[in-house]
Amino acid sequence: MRFAVVVFPGSNCELDTIHVLSNVLGEQADLLWHQDTDLSPYDCVILPGGFAHGDYLRAGAIARFSPIMESVTRFAGDGGLVWGICNGFQVLVEAGLLPGAMMQNAGLRFVCRWVNLRVESDATPFTGGLTGGRVLRMPIAHHEGSYFVDGPTLAAMEARRQIVLRYCDSDGAITGSANPNGSISNIAAVCNEAGNVFGLMPHPERCAEPILGGTDGRLIFEAARLAASEGHRPRLAFSS
Amino acid sequence: MFGVLWSEHCSYKHSKPLLRRLPTTGPHVLMGPGENAGVVDIGDGLAAVMKIESHNHPSAVEPFQGAATGVGGILRDIFTMGARPIALMDALCFGDPGVARTQYLLGGVVGGISFYGNCVGVPTVGGAIWFDPSYTGNPLVNALCLGVAPHERIVTARASGIGNPVLLIGSATGRDGIAGASFASTELNRDSEERRPAVQVGNPFLEKLLIEACLDLVTDPDIVAMQDLGAAGLTGSASEMAEHGGCGIEIDVAWVSRREEGMTPWEVMLSESQERMLVVVRKGAEARVRALFDRWELRSDVIGRITDDGLVRVCDGAASLAEVPAKLLSGGAPEYAGVGGRGPGVGGRVTGAGEAGLVSPRPPTPDPWPPCPSDLGAVLLDLLASPNLCSRRPVFDQYDHMVQTNTVVPPGRGAAVLRVKGTSKALALGIGGNSRVCAADPRVGGAWVVAEACRNVACAGARPVALTDCLNFGDPERPHVWAALEGVVEGMREACLALGVPIISGNVSLYNEIEGESIKPTPVIGALGVIDDVERHASATLQMGQALWLIGPIEAALDYSEYAIYIHGQTDGAAPTIDLDLERRVQECVHELIADGVTSTATDVSEGGLAVSLAELALESSVGVRCDGKWVDDLAHGVLGRIDSVLFGEAPSRIIVGIAEQQASRVEQVAERWSVAAVRLGEAKGEHILVQNTLSVSLGEARARWEHALDHLSES
Repeated sequence: MRFAVVVFPGSNCELDTIHVLSNVLGEQADLLWHQDTDLSPYDCVILPGGFAHGDYLRAGAIARFSPIMESVTRFAGDGGLVWGICNGFQVLVEAGLLPGAMMQNAGLRFVCRWVNLRVESDATPFTGGLTGGRVLRMPIAHHEGSYFVDGPTLAAMEARRQIVLRYCDSDGAITGSANPNGSISNIAAVCNEAGNVFGLMPHPERCAEPILGGTDGRLIFEAARLAASEGHRPRLAFSS
Repeated sequence: MFGVLWSEHCSYKHSKPLLRRLPTTGPHVLMGPGENAGVVDIGDGLAAVMKIESHNHPSAVEPFQGAATGVGGILRDIFTMGARPIALMDALCFGDPGVARTQYLLGGVVGGISFYGNCVGVPTVGGAIWFDPSYTGNPLVNALCLGVAPHERIVTARASGIGNPVLLIGSATGRDGIAGASFASTELNRDSEERRPAVQVGNPFLEKLLIEACLDLVTDPDIVAMQDLGAAGLTGSASEMAEHGGCGIEIDVAWVSRREEGMTPWEVMLSESQERMLVVVRKGAEARVRALFDRWELRSDVIGRITDDGLVRVCDGAASLAEVPAKLLSGGAPEYAGVGGRGPGVGGRVTGAGEAGLVSPRPPTPDPWPPCPSDLGAVLLDLLASPNLCSRRPVFDQYDHMVQTNTVVPPGRGAAVLRVKGTSKALALGIGGNSRVCAADPRVGGAWVVAEACRNVACAGARPVALTDCLNFGDPERPHVWAALEGVVEGMREACLALGVPIISGNVSLYNEIEGESIKPTPVIGALGVIDDVERHASATLQMGQALWLIGPIEAALDYSEYAIYIHGQTDGAAPTIDLDLERRVQECVHELIADGVTSTATDVSEGGLAVSLAELALESSVGVRCDGKWVDDLAHGVLGRIDSVLFGEAPSRIIVGIAEQQASRVEQVAERWSVAAVRLGEAKGEHILVQNTLSVSLGEARARWEHALDHLSES
């Protein structure tokens, strides 16, 4: 199993992600500079958290033009597993690999804290093995994490089970007070129609070891590893 | 050039003679003051690099950028030495929280720290915020950074090698921040707003690239020296590098990349544009080094070379503009001997410092205190909602405190604990300050804040190994300010010796006054501790069913307590005292209990006293606290003195630990061996903060008052 972790100028969670892949999971993982273009040796490509290009203009708005993004788009088009964490999610949205857009948090402040997340779909390569409705606990840390899509798109995404995680309270209830950033419909993570491109605002790499106060993040890494080892064939059942 | 480099900010001309009194050596110290930051050995071939620095005046006129560039500057001090910055902390002092300007400053400063620290990917793992009217015109922003590096990667600012090229890396040079160092060394006044152009603008994105590029560079055998550009810009860095290395340096301003047209050589030499580094490499390595910076998409220019004549020579192409001996510019400023005079002390006592005769004259008798209020639950709720005691969560939530995935104990639970990947160790980082005690008695105050900072890391289970200090004072030419500075340094010295911890780096910020009104003397101390086994650490969190014990004396003083000032408006009182030998024993006792695995719950009893400390524990963990037993009976019968003094009074050398009930005899044994008092306070139980027959507050009520009180203040 071989993972690629893309480093944009301004990424800052790349080493944390490599740490989990290499030292917790024991998998091979390489850092790729944003000007690299060869993704052929990899089973899964991760776009890590941070502030790519300083998040100037808008989070992810410049990063989508980095040379590696053309390769990432092709890799995704071929059914490869592509995973964006926080800033990586923002980049995937800007690059059009995931639907929707990111706005500033409703409180207009950076928010760093633990949140509860309800698994909305276990039918993705990144949540395989997680029972739907299960509540996970993970940290968030972002300033532009208010996810938005228009009504018809949201309905279509729901029908296709593209909503993967929602912010919830500790009992799994989707409430306004459990929503840390004003995301529409409490959305914390989505996937593309094919299911092989996944973006989430929480940081699973920050909760993959007991010493850091939680291990739910490891479940996402494990699911991705399993999916990648199975040849990353999307197994989404579309109703449309 | 002399104007900026001989300013107090750069030359420490007033404070240097005093600073020499501080202990700066110890078994772990690899480099003490004099370098960009202090370096201590933490075992496993690793070194910790630490420093605290002020950015007070810039933050007073432009809080967002002032604080942001303060963070940027302290980060550069760390990675310029080859260490990866792993944690940031800040001590912030603001004026009257009811004043609109205070709210603007708080929002701006917190926003600036959040903007810069979050983007560079270094966690802000905690800090302190204090409100006191003396800071209304002159807020304090002190930023601390901790880094880690393998010993062999540590780089100094000592230039050497005649003919070696000097490279300027990073941002292009603009007109921002010209003469900022001189601005930092004068009093603020009504016209200070006009000095806004002296405040620099930060670019954390560029800083992040600089961090990674410089950490790449230190693995290159051809690097000779590195120095960040801070106060006094190119002038400061070039002359410091030459002076430290005992050589000369020649700078050709024509080679300096600029942001704008028409800059004079003077402006280029004094610009404080941020995110720039000066690097000396071995002759012939420049192409390879420039390629490294190219890869990180950073600008690099060869702007000069090292010479053998000890001169800082500035030229513009063929024209020679200045030739000054480096020794004279950097380190050549005259030193002031101090102005003498009687300090503001009220005759406090520092004892247990190991030397006899340290007792000041007897304190004056304080005015009689107002009677103890009858509704102590209401008092507790008011204190929990007070600006100095309410939850800091609304601020900490704006800082990324988890990036780098080392944060084992997050902000708000005592000292931060950071694991050191690849080892079984952890580092604990704490911060201490108490300007009210320092104002009452500078010497006691100096000892008090050192003791508190060390106590903080001791409560995490760490052994303190190094301190960094930021001394924030007013105009040193005023006798009472000078006397306070002298007293504080003396108290710090005594505490460092008594607790066996050296000061490895620091910063002095003078002229913190506005319209002739000086701030309270405010030493801020950062403490670094080492935990041998990360699994054996402690934090300020409770588990249901734990027994709570107080290690140290139960008696405390109302004088200068948060309670006295906030509830009764009483700002003066009897002299504060500290017994440094008791302090050492209390810290040793708790360290032993944590290291032996007897407890993983510990918190020092500081502002707000026993009741507030218990309430904070309960609120942070959502578990009630029920106090009962003999001490509660004694309390109710007046045996321990005034009830409010026991519940809300403040004193050093006190730590609450939480243990499994069956460990009680262990605690008693260890406490007896260290000759410190140990009292069972009660247990973690229920949904109230309850002291039987005296005080009862529901957790819900307490949370409603405590949790969001800061919110309306930190709104940007």
